Amino acid sequence: MHLKSPEELEQLRTKILEERKAQEGKKGIVLCTGTGCRGAGALEVYEAFKKELGSKSAIDFKSTCCHGFCERGPITVVEPMGTFYQRVTPDDVPHIIAETVQKGQIIEDLLYQDPKTEQKIPTEKDIPFYKKQHRLVFGHNRLIDPTRIEDYVANGGYQALAKALFHLSPDEIIEEVKRAGLRGRGGGGFPAGRKWESCRRAPGDLRYVICNCDEGDPGAYMDRSLMEGNPHRVLEGMIIGAYAIGSREGYVYVRNEYPLAVENVGIAIEQAHKMGFLGQNILGSGFDFDVKISKGGGAFVAGESTALMASIEGYVAEPRAKHIHTVESGLWDKPTNLNNVETWANVPVIIEKGVDWYSKIGTEGSKGTKIFSLVGKINNTGLIEVPMGMTLREIVYDIGGGIPGGKRFKAVQTGGPSGGCIPEEMLDLPVDFDALTKAGSMMGSGGMIVMDESTCMVDVAKYFTHFLKDESCGKCTSCRDGTLRMYEILDAITKGKGKDGDIELLEEIGWATTEASLCALGGTAANPVLSTIRYFRDEYEAHIRDKRCPAGVCPDLITYTIDPEACIACMKCKKECPTKAITGEKKVPHEIIQAKCIKCGTCKEVCPVDAVKVE
Amino acid sequence: MKSAQLEKILKAHDNQSSNVLAILQDIQATKNYLPRKTLEEVAEKLQIPLAQIYHLATFYRAFSLTPRGRHLVTVCTGTACHVKGAASILNTLERELKVQPGETTGDQEYTLETVNCLGSCALAPLVVIDGHYHGRMLGTRALSLLKGEKDASKKS
Repeated sequence: MHLKSPEELEQLRTKILEERKAQEGKKGIVLCTGTGCRGAGALEVYEAFKKELGSKSAIDFKSTCCHGFCERGPITVVEPMGTFYQRVTPDDVPHIIAETVQKGQIIEDLLYQDPKTEQKIPTEKDIPFYKKQHRLVFGHNRLIDPTRIEDYVANGGYQALAKALFHLSPDEIIEEVKRAGLRGRGGGGFPAGRKWESCRRAPGDLRYVICNCDEGDPGAYMDRSLMEGNPHRVLEGMIIGAYAIGSREGYVYVRNEYPLAVENVGIAIEQAHKMGFLGQNILGSGFDFDVKISKGGGAFVAGESTALMASIEGYVAEPRAKHIHTVESGLWDKPTNLNNVETWANVPVIIEKGVDWYSKIGTEGSKGTKIFSLVGKINNTGLIEVPMGMTLREIVYDIGGGIPGGKRFKAVQTGGPSGGCIPEEMLDLPVDFDALTKAGSMMGSGGMIVMDESTCMVDVAKYFTHFLKDESCGKCTSCRDGTLRMYEILDAITKGKGKDGDIELLEEIGWATTEASLCALGGTAANPVLSTIRYFRDEYEAHIRDKRCPAGVCPDLITYTIDPEACIACMKCKKECPTKAITGEKKVPHEIIQAKCIKCGTCKEVCPVDAVKVE
Repeated sequence: MKSAQLEKILKAHDNQSSNVLAILQDIQATKNYLPRKTLEEVAEKLQIPLAQIYHLATFYRAFSLTPRGRHLVTVCTGTACHVKGAASILNTLERELKVQPGETTGDQEYTLETVNCLGSCALAPLVVIDGHYHGRMLGTRALSLLKGEKDASKKS
């Protein structure tokens, strides 16, 4: 069906909703098959449901993408009660159908159990992980099968586009986005409305809009989950943006490692074409716009705007100096407006709900919500969406459920390789663009990696610097050599070869790398090193002066021993040790021959009674 | 790669030199690596220098200039996986397969690789064997998975 007017869109929506209303109360099963749940076996569960349900059309079976609580995947929700089942296996499928779907009985074993109260919680909204969230952008994921445009339309989809095309002028849209205070969610936090305005005013007929889905920050995956789970939302934002800017052609640049996102956005573009949301004369408005997909090649620096444009043009992703902004001369030297996935996905809600409503959420300088990926040493791993300004403490403890194994919180790393580590004493920091930058970190794309007492901060700095030295495109000496030298010094420190003066040298190289590099990769490459020195200098000193790794991570500075009192002489470690460095027999406690030990940690991994100690 | 196969790929991308990245991706997906002869043909057909293609092929991680093994073992070394012990899993696999990341075993069975995050951080640490995700991994479990794989291929 090709829609030729906003009225036809409304008629379609009414029709879909009426059909659905007739089925109200109908039994249904919603299964998350996003990448996170797939990794946990969701496709096997999907097959089991398909097989078990066969042609029982009385039950509506829907597969969606990410619901956010990836830690507990695969996730299944049984409607109409909204019963939330977690870690579902194919063996559970017949029981779910026979007991919950058909008889309305709850299977206790599949419910989420609050570790604090030990209470079983039957519905999503009552689970602490979801309670404090405000899922403005991400919340629709669980209602939508991303391969069915009808689902998006039924949930108010493309309504904002109709409003923009028929009730607002391009200038009015830009004004709305400016007044809403929308800032770029990809890292820098640049005001989106101002960017649009500059691009609209740049001379020339041809303009491009680009959606950056080259989410390269390790530990961040919200853009992927939005693109996989609700691609129409992103497209709608792009179409509105293109109309405001005066562009007729757009690109979605997706990371090579995200095959499902490529697939789903491809399907969405095709459907949007068929329905008349893309192509010629969109909804009869006279506005034409088309979107192409460009697949990345697996380079972190390609997420930088000028590098990304070079990559679309078929060159290596090397950034260029931005004395002429991309909004004036970007892709193929034409004015180009680039925003990331989450930024585009915010646009429809601003247009639909209005500025006054939107700008009530968040802080003075950072409006709206932000999606974070809360990962690492935390109980509730997953994607969360919270209003800007929520404190780190609320995020880590109330939503994240604290640190596993009763260990002590040490730091949270935000902003990916360009960001920094924020220590325990700053847990009450409200999270927004400006507060994070002030603390020596940054918002980045929203990765939050939680670290506990068993994480070595020098090792973390070394990890990021290794990453950046590999990913530096090599154009600027300061970045290419700066990251390499910092890595070499950090590597020496973690191997017990650190010297007095190393910390100061790192600070100096860090400064030079920051100041003398062209793009943001080099300009922020020293952040992981500088922020860990700033907040965890004592750990650096312990490595350098005492040749000791307080967290027990750096292999050259630790020894593994077996506590003879605790050892139950079960032979497990002896059997698994790759260098046969463990003595002892059944009933004779095990012991590690230090000269043979390669500190691989296998013994600690397999010990059933935690008798292996690290010092 | 057969010329007809390449023709088809080139045609799908309108024989456009600006689509060279997508063309290389399709060749990589079909052959699992970029054969030199094919790259020479691409350079000729698209009228771009072979050096430029080499520049692309060595810049982006998605490409390999040497054939990959029959099985691809990928250790995710994203931040979440790193803080949960990916380095020790990688070390264990390096020891077992006697190769470094990016290398293939002498018998062409296994290629060991790392990736900087697959966005499945809830499953950290993560090892992917031939496209199958194995989450909450331990060095010893990765070894037994690999051994299971080896035993299975011996039987077949």
